[in-house]
Amino acid sequence: MSVATLPWWAAVPVAVLLVIGGLITLVGTLGLLRLKTFYQRIHGPAIAISLGAGCILVASMVYFTAAQSRLVVHELLIGAFLLMTAPVVAMLLMRAALYRDLRARRAAGLDDNGGDCGERESTPGLSDEGIPLGQPAAGQLHAEADEQRADAAGGGGR
Amino acid sequence: MSRWLPSPLLSIGLLLTWLLLNESVAAAHWLLGGALAVVAPLLVRPLLPHGHARLRRPRALLRLLWLSAIEIVRSAFNVGQLILLRKPDAVNSQFIRVPLDLRSPHGLALLSCLINSTPGTVWVDLLPERHELLLHVFDLHDEAWWIDTIKTSYEGPIIEVFETAGRAPEGEKP
Repeated sequence: MSVATLPWWAAVPVAVLLVIGGLITLVGTLGLLRLKTFYQRIHGPAIAISLGAGCILVASMVYFTAAQSRLVVHELLIGAFLLMTAPVVAMLLMRAALYRDLRARRAAGLDDNGGDCGERESTPGLSDEGIPLGQPAAGQLHAEADEQRADAAGGGGR
Repeated sequence: MSRWLPSPLLSIGLLLTWLLLNESVAAAHWLLGGALAVVAPLLVRPLLPHGHARLRRPRALLRLLWLSAIEIVRSAFNVGQLILLRKPDAVNSQFIRVPLDLRSPHGLALLSCLINSTPGTVWVDLLPERHELLLHVFDLHDEAWWIDTIKTSYEGPIIEVFETAGRAPEGEKP
């Protein structure tokens, strides 16, 4: 059965879902283009992965179920695998970015003003200051995590 | 039962996956999928340091998944709106820290998947020792509200699903 002979009750939802899914994916991509920092840009494609892909997969299920006159639901697997793998990738990207920032800040802190980063890293009581605000907080926050991890792994061998 | 089927839910999931992949409910596929569902968990067992996950309350898990699906749709529209309408400089992206009571590794894995699937929040790291979750929020308006939401609508149900054994039994849900 081709698209032209698809009954209207299937064609309408398929068309609507495809357009909505496409628009959502477009908005997600636009976020990638418009947003300023890496940490903001990582949120753009998230809506394409969850809702955009979801709409397109549902459209695919409706279309093939109607066109082949049998239940076609193996798109559910694509959805399940997306929801299992995409979060892991997001987390890895985020941590890679943080480590990169931290290293850049370390290098900068040691080279020019010397005080800021280096001093913080050697201060163990830093954790109770509350959450530092602003984008540069990334490196600082992670400096703590890094420090703690080094302690846990090395047994205080610094 | 426990020797040959260490995790019945995992086996059922594998069997369903096999049937879905082949788009067939023929007897041969039931047989092959069934064999896969028995053998795969046994072979994989030595690779899992924490063993197979034990679901104490599968129904609570289903409710949690349903609620997070609604949350995913809602925040997808919020994030889309922010991208389209707000100036990029005016988006208040922040790192926040959420103290966690959840300890089960399977529970933490589920929590990270749910948080990362929800647009607008990305799990960055779990600070060891203090068990604080470092979270990046796309548009932060109220930090206390975020922490409260994560703890009550995600962490609470996940603890209920995976760790009920340690708590006082509250009676079965109707």
